[in-house]
Formats: sequence, C-alpha cells, structure tokens
Amino acid sequence: MATVYHYPVWVRIWHAINAILFLVLIVTGISMHYANQQFNLIGFNTAVSLHNVSGIILSANYIIFLVYNRFTTNGNHYRITTSGLLSANIRQFNYYIKGIFKGEKPPYPVNHSRKFNPLQTISYVVVMYFLMFLIIISGWALIFPEVVFVKQLFGTSGIHLTAVLHFVVGYLLSIFLVVHVYLCIIPKPFGSSFRAMLSGWHTSEQG
Amino acid sequence: MKILIRSLLLTTLALLFLPSNAQNIDPAIVQENGECFICHGHEKYYYYNDWLEIDIKERMNPYYIIDSTKFYQSNHKTFRCIDCHSMDYTEFPHDRQLRMEPMYECMDCHGWDDTWAQYNFEKIDEEYQKSVHNTKHTEEFSCWMCHDPHSYKLNARSNLSITEVISYDNEICLSCHADRDKYQLISSKTNPNILYTHDWLPNQEAHFRHVRCVECHTEVQDTILVAHNILPKEKAVRNCVECHSDNSLLMASLYRYEVAERRNKLGFLNGAILSEAYVIGANSNPLLKKLSIAIFVLVLLAIGVHAFLRFRK
Repeated sequence: MATVYHYPVWVRIWHAINAILFLVLIVTGISMHYANQQFNLIGFNTAVSLHNVSGIILSANYIIFLVYNRFTTNGNHYRITTSGLLSANIRQFNYYIKGIFKGEKPPYPVNHSRKFNPLQTISYVVVMYFLMFLIIISGWALIFPEVVFVKQLFGTSGIHLTAVLHFVVGYLLSIFLVVHVYLCIIPKPFGSSFRAMLSGWHTSEQG
Repeated sequence: MKILIRSLLLTTLALLFLPSNAQNIDPAIVQENGECFICHGHEKYYYYNDWLEIDIKERMNPYYIIDSTKFYQSNHKTFRCIDCHSMDYTEFPHDRQLRMEPMYECMDCHGWDDTWAQYNFEKIDEEYQKSVHNTKHTEEFSCWMCHDPHSYKLNARSNLSITEVISYDNEICLSCHADRDKYQLISSKTNPNILYTHDWLPNQEAHFRHVRCVECHTEVQDTILVAHNILPKEKAVRNCVECHSDNSLLMASLYRYEVAERRNKLGFLNGAILSEAYVIGANSNPLLKKLSIAIFVLVLLAIGVHAFLRFRK
C-alpha cells in the first residue's frame, strides 16, 4: 500500500465546486434543450437563470484552475510528452479493455511523480485546456449575443453556430463526466479515488 | 400665375425624380396623383389667396403628408388618389364637408373576391371581429389603424429576411402602443410602457428582435399567415416552453411559412429559425436529438458491461 499526497486543498475545493457546477449545468442544460410542454425538468426561467449563474461561477473557477496550474507543480501532471505517447496509450487502453478483467496490475499506477495514467493525461488536457475553454467562451457569447462577431456563416446565424458548439461541447463533457466517475471506481482499494478527493491522500495498492 | 408655374415645375420635378417603383406605373396615374402630392407630399404647400391677392406658403398637417416613395412601393401603388377619396378633392380649397366622407375598409375591396382568395381576408375579418381591437373599440377602430393604405405592403410573403419581416410587423404594433398620441385617439388611458409591461421577459431585446408581438398576443390560426385575433393581455403567452420546445409555438405561423419556403434549401424542420436566430429548445434537429440520446445510452451500456465483466467474480 502506498499513500501519496496528490490533492492539495485548492485542488479539492476547485474540484468540488467544479463537480457541483457540472451537475447543475448538465441538468439545467438538458432541461432547456429538451424542453417541451409535456416535459419540463425544471421551470424554464429557473433553468436559464441557474445555468447562467453556474456558468459564470464555472468561468471564475476555471481561471483559478489555470492560474494555480501555471504557478504550482500541479501543472506538471498536465504536460504531455510525445516520446512513447502512442505505445503508452495503447498499453493503458489494452489494460482497460483486457488486462483489468484478468486481474493484471495497472501499467501506470499512481506514485509520487505520476498522478495520471497516459490516457487520463490526454483526456484531462483535452477537457481542461480545450473543451472547457470552448464551452466557457461559447457560453459567454450566448449570454451576450451581440459579441458574436460572425453574424452569418453558410446561411446560418453565428449565434446558432455558437449554440451548436456549446451544445456539442457540453454533450462531450457530459460523457466525460460519466466515464470519469466510472473510472474512479477502478483503482483498488475500492473508493480510494473518492476518498483521495476529500483527504488529499491517494492510497494505492501499487506503486 | 406664380402658383401655376410653381405647380407645373414641382410636377415636372416629381416626374423626373420618381421613385424607381413608380416607373412601372401608368404615367397618367402618376401625373394625376402628382397633383395631390404637390401639397400632400410636402411639409409646406402654397396657394393663392383670392381675398388678399397674395401667394401663401402654409404648413401641411403632418398627419396628412403622404410619402410618395412609400406609396409607390406599397400594395396600392397603382391606385389613383381619387379611387378611394372623393373626386371633389381635386378642387382647392377642399370642401369642408369632404372630411365627413366615409373611408373604404379592406373588406370593401378585398372581401369575398376570388382575386384575393389566397390572402383569406374573410378569415382575417372573422378573427379581427373577435379581437380586443374590435370588441374594446368597435367603430373607432379600423384596418387603417394598423395598416396604412398609403404605405402598406406585403411583408411576410416578400423576399425580406425574417428579421426584417419581424421588425416591420412590430413597427405596426408600436405605431400605437409606443405612441401616446395615436394610442389616445381611441383610448383615454395612458399608454402603458412596453418595456415595463414586458420586464418579466428575459433577454428582452433578443425577444423583441426575433419574435413578432402577434406571436404571443394572438390566437394562432393555421389558415392565415398573420393571426388577427388579438387576445386580452391576460391570455398572452407567458409560458416560456410554449416557444422554447421542440413543438414551438413559433413554428405555427410566420416561421412555419418561412420553413415551407426554405425547407428544400435547408433540408430539415425548423430550418427558418436556424437561419437567423437561435431559440433554445426549438432549434434542435430531431434526428441529432435522438442520436445524442442513443450515443449516451450506448456509453452507459458500455460502462455497464465493463463493470459487469470486472466485478462478476
């Protein structure tokens, strides 16, 4: 059993806020997007207000993440090294779809220097530096539609394209959330990832 | 004599600088109407005072000024003024009794006539009779309160963009509801401020730009393009999901017409809304909507299978 302190207080607070906001944004987003007169998860007006307020807080929380990641060692875990990238990812992927069922040890366990396995690194970088950026920018553009510079593109309004982008990215992030939560139950002992996000200490059978 | 020369000069100039739309109109009509526009097309008019034997320059009542450019772009552009107004108006000074003449209304010419069948004037009239404009104001309210016969032109059926159609139509409502003087022609009440009465509406500006007043304030009818049964304010749409949903109310009137026109171009439902605006909840493509749900279910299924295989021992 190895115990590593990977989640300082700021990461845990930031992560908790992010998790709550994600849930609120997904529920209110679904409520608005799939609304009709028979199905209305949350009152439309309430959903719009909640979605906007949560989006604004999420933006502030995102800026905090960027700043901390820039100036603390946490940012090191978000660096992708190109050498051996493909083989490492294939190895990790094979573990998820084959090795895990045979009881094999994870190829890239958490240790003092490694917080994420190669697939996690790539997905967190894509999510945090690409998808989150897009959803926040498009969200602000929808709050202030007059700032959407592209008025028309291929006969479709710029606002509409922005909304489609916002929806698609939101959809991808929702799928990410589900997969992320599921993968957190994989490390042994069971529930260690969830406990780590509360205490800061990651306990691992390996490493 | 000076008046005659000035009149001839103005008529000649009017003919020379005719709005381009008037150039397809019978010149005899344009010339005849030009006699009226000499005075009614300008802020000032001139006449010779026989008693004083001097030329008089007078201000025209602003409500009697007709914009000839708008007139020759309007639906009634081929009309002579005296087609609707008394022949006696050709005399100046006009007989004071002429202001008592009854005015034609839309149905006098357009009603029960196959020529205008596609516009369904009979249904429009039937709906108008039920509307608050008629039930609360009766005689003093006429078609002309909203549709100025000197400038009205077909709008939704034109090639204008949908936002221009919306703006044009809303201007008609605002010509009374945002103008105290005109409003009080038929009401002793103070004109309610539209911005305050709609302060409950989120993104007010976006709504005003992309939704016609009649979309929420009328009973939508499938058979006519512009609903004319204006409902009492208590019955106006206030429930957001009536528009913000996949069976959006907006798809019942103007947008439905636009969709029918553009469906071939854009290829799927709600196409017209897609082209110029975004309505949360109403813009989704039904196919993509189902696909997105299907993919999500597949992800959950894959996770379920993975978890089952992992924990089966």
